[in-house]
Amino acid sequence: MPEQVTTSENSVRDPARIGVYVCHCGNNIAATIAVDEVAQYAAGLNKVVVSREYKYMCSEPGQAMIEQDIRDHGLNRIVVASCSPLLHERTFREVLSRSNLNSFYFQMVNIREHASWIHDNRAAATEKAKDLVRAAVRRVALHRPLEPRRVPIDPAVLIVGGGIAGIHAALTIANAGKQVYLVEREPTIGGHMAKFDKTFPTLDCAACILTPKMTSVGAHPNIKLWTYSEVMKVDGYVGNYKVTIRRNPRYIIEDLCIGCQECITACVYKAGKVDDEFNLGLSKRKPIYLAFPQAVPQKVVIDPENCIEFKSHRCKKTCVEACAERGAIDLNQKEEIKEITVGTVILSTGFKTFDPRRRPNYGYGRFQNVYTSLEVERLINASGPTGGDVILRDGTRPQSIGIIHCVGSRDHNTNRWCSKVCCMYSLKLAHLLKEHTGAEIYNFYIDMRTPGKNYEDFYDRMLDEGVHFVRGRVAEVSDWAAHPSEKGKLIIRAEDTLAAFVRRIPVDMVVLSVGMEPKEDAHDVRRMFNVSCSSDGWLTERHPKLAPVNTLTDGIFICGACQGPKDIPETVAQAGAAAAEALSLISAGCIDLEPYTAKVMEEVCCGCKTCIPMCPYDAISVDEAKQKACVNEVLCKGCGTCAAACPSGSIEQNFFEDEEIFEEIAGVLTHA
Amino acid sequence: MHENPAVGNEKAAFEPLIAAFFCNWCTYIAADLAGSSRMKIPPNVRVVRVMCSGRVDPQFILDAFSEGADGVLIGGCHPGDCHYQEGNYKTLRRFRLLKRMLADMGVEDDRIRLEWISASEAERFRAVMNDMVEKVRALGPLKLKPPAEVFAEEVAPHA
Amino acid sequence: MKFAYYPGCSLRGTGRAYEDSLLAVFRALDIELEELEDWNCCGATTYLSFDELTSYALSARNLAIAERMQLDIVAPCAACYLVLNKTQHYMHDYPHIDQLVRGALKSIGFDYKDRVKVRHPLDILWHDIGVETIRSKVKAPLKGLKVAPYYGCQIVRPYATFDDQYAPVSMDRLLEAAGAEVVSYPLKTRCCGGSQKGSLPEIGLDLLSYLLIEAKKCGADVIATACPLCQFNLEVFQSEVGSRQRPISMPIVYFTQLLALALGAPFSDIGFKYSVVPIQPVLRQKEIACA
Repeated sequence: MPEQVTTSENSVRDPARIGVYVCHCGNNIAATIAVDEVAQYAAGLNKVVVSREYKYMCSEPGQAMIEQDIRDHGLNRIVVASCSPLLHERTFREVLSRSNLNSFYFQMVNIREHASWIHDNRAAATEKAKDLVRAAVRRVALHRPLEPRRVPIDPAVLIVGGGIAGIHAALTIANAGKQVYLVEREPTIGGHMAKFDKTFPTLDCAACILTPKMTSVGAHPNIKLWTYSEVMKVDGYVGNYKVTIRRNPRYIIEDLCIGCQECITACVYKAGKVDDEFNLGLSKRKPIYLAFPQAVPQKVVIDPENCIEFKSHRCKKTCVEACAERGAIDLNQKEEIKEITVGTVILSTGFKTFDPRRRPNYGYGRFQNVYTSLEVERLINASGPTGGDVILRDGTRPQSIGIIHCVGSRDHNTNRWCSKVCCMYSLKLAHLLKEHTGAEIYNFYIDMRTPGKNYEDFYDRMLDEGVHFVRGRVAEVSDWAAHPSEKGKLIIRAEDTLAAFVRRIPVDMVVLSVGMEPKEDAHDVRRMFNVSCSSDGWLTERHPKLAPVNTLTDGIFICGACQGPKDIPETVAQAGAAAAEALSLISAGCIDLEPYTAKVMEEVCCGCKTCIPMCPYDAISVDEAKQKACVNEVLCKGCGTCAAACPSGSIEQNFFEDEEIFEEIAGVLTHA
Repeated sequence: MHENPAVGNEKAAFEPLIAAFFCNWCTYIAADLAGSSRMKIPPNVRVVRVMCSGRVDPQFILDAFSEGADGVLIGGCHPGDCHYQEGNYKTLRRFRLLKRMLADMGVEDDRIRLEWISASEAERFRAVMNDMVEKVRALGPLKLKPPAEVFAEEVAPHA
Repeated sequence: MKFAYYPGCSLRGTGRAYEDSLLAVFRALDIELEELEDWNCCGATTYLSFDELTSYALSARNLAIAERMQLDIVAPCAACYLVLNKTQHYMHDYPHIDQLVRGALKSIGFDYKDRVKVRHPLDILWHDIGVETIRSKVKAPLKGLKVAPYYGCQIVRPYATFDDQYAPVSMDRLLEAAGAEVVSYPLKTRCCGGSQKGSLPEIGLDLLSYLLIEAKKCGADVIATACPLCQFNLEVFQSEVGSRQRPISMPIVYFTQLLALALGAPFSDIGFKYSVVPIQPVLRQKEIACA
């Protein structure tokens, strides 16, 4: 039951005494709309006691002006015509609250985003502003005092996605003493970062800086780590989310497995047969496997699609034999459904790399010595498929390597955005490949984007190390030799825009710096959590500058690459920010929800039950004794669909009552 | 009907007045985004904010027409994306029925419109606005026959 | 199986061999063709670069005629094929073009609904008829004839509708079905230069020479093409290319001519009489009938 919050008592139908404030917003509104005219016009409207215009209503003097007027003129309704309510409605409601007025005696008018910023005709924009202000004045007179619903915040946090973002957020929150559920789809946490060799610009070993954090997560008493698991359903509201999670069967009893890997050695397959996902298909694994040597949790997993026992039931099951003492293998294991309650959720689901087959002119898949950057990270990695030795698919060692920037980025044919990290990692790979092979390296770039701390120095260093740079977008990679010297090589054709001619550069190996993209199921995931996505698929933040980790849904936060392409330092910063936002809510202990709920006027309700099926949250039920509908305020989310459906008009939505909306309609359309 | 204030001495050309009901989570934000992107939109639209397009009672639409709107636009989230799960489906059902009723009342098809515009679709918002204003402008001011005239017409053959 | 046949200007001009052989192939495979009534020039690259919007309208008129005939179009000429496809794509992607073109069509009595599919003969032969059927109908297999399959760029880029953009295989498979030995030709989709041999001769000649020299290096006896301009370019300037390196004298034919020959059409009826570089010496050497 939400607590009742007491505010000042103002009886509902006091004669309204309205204050109208028209904001200049610097030049944003004033340049296009004659704000003084609008304020003057408002002054002449019915029930308006005070009408002013001011440069910045949301500033301290602006807010103080309202408070002063409330005191001096006994105002009991306020209208502010300025920017979007999504930006400052809360700000101004607090002003009323401070002045002991019910904060819902306020109406905001959007004359910036919806008027001054989109119209260039001064007269038309000013008329429109007047219409909108008139509508707000008529409406606000009918506002009732409302109490926000206060709900408690469950201190547990759900984090979806166990890459560096999820890991950092989890540790931050767990160290603050709160319970974290970290859910990860893969059998191990670590995300993309676990696959990298070194990180720019410090050339720290990725595994060295990541694995200690991974181990901490695995060992932390406050973190419940559920890998090989997925979120299936989310119900509830901020402070009280009920989440259903499916734990996929590893066919290994997690508590019993000690990661000794005897079972893997014992497997009837003598060598790997399945493409190793962690090594991006550059090596093979057995159907029973450990994701990678430093996997957390250090538990084996069986892949039922490739295991003989699952396909034909005819295996000798040497793995089970090898684990006879501990008995950790359970081939009959079933999926497990977990239901948890959390107060907040952090989405850190990460990204996927661009599939270079969508740019067929680069030859990926056609020419065996064309690699993606992520594949190269595995090649040069000491724990990779070749032990760090750069040996190509045809068994040779490259003496010349071309690195092509912007594959699937800054490209109207595929993805228009810049993926932010590729220039830096291309420089990093240039350095590492040169170190490992001594080859001649050629980087083909459009622009060199090195904005972070010490990033430009890193670029200078590569120039000093003798990496060749060609400024020009690569047109094609081909295996056709125009002269004998090109035979057996891959020819990169690009216009060298600085030298003004077209180059053909023969190399042994081509590396495609693939861009970042949202994960394929980004839309499905975000629908489950009721947050929005841009059409590209990046999760949408509440405000790109001032609220980059919040979403429009209270209690759900986003961080890391799922919000947009970014490097590790930014990801960690966002993860910390999201953790802080969650902890801030948990620390406050409760949150006030907007009271836009529906209510039934019993005297008018005839028990027709039209409203019952309208509600997706089952918030409306029938009081059988009274034969009247009844709304459960806790479950009601405030959409107003039932109010629109009710034939007798006996359901009203707080703050969006029929009368209030009719006044607003009349206000925008009729002239005084 | 709304006279174009921008035109000075010449006879004012007809500028339609369009009432719009936008849902808070999708279309309203798209309109905000069009604003922050400084897109150019004709000044004929007046927006009434609701939490969900499902709140839009057909009575609001009828009221809007009777109060002087030449066109009415409802903006909601794409099917499947409603912030409240299903509100927009209810809107769609009501809209279809209302359109038939309005047609019987002599309100032309292009005057009442339901559009799904998501929060990031500022460009789509602009396209819809431009298109609707143009279409309604071409139709001219809404002229509903007064009830007495309609009654008289219906009675005449039987007189 | 019936299609509206759109020859385009070139198949009635320098590409006569293409038409003769195409009709022979389709006859042999029982594919019915009805020539598009009163068709007009597609605009190709020239008109499109001169007046883009009008060009789309002109090109769309052919689509509208086909729609009225209730048939899909087969457009053998690569440029016509590309322009018709491009018109459809641009009408779909750009509402103002769509509006203009539909308006223009309406003014001459066409209510165009965009239900026509534009097909290439390679597409029809490979997907609709199938390699097996063709193989079964071959009467005089081109045994021992080494062919370099040259697709050119326009039928595979930018719209890779029926085959891969860089490594297409339709022509390869069809020629193999005809019994020929298809050589691995890495430049099979590289541009021949188009009309640049006229406007920028240095560049045009460069592009042509790569194609011809590589074909020779790959051991081809003949190059098979699918575009009248490619065929013209490759055939007619061999003396210029040859004099810079070594002499080149390679027959350049349409893939339909080879198919028609294999399917038993009389040698004299399938356009070989228009060749500048005769194919007879090569055929006689391989003991393939060319009477």
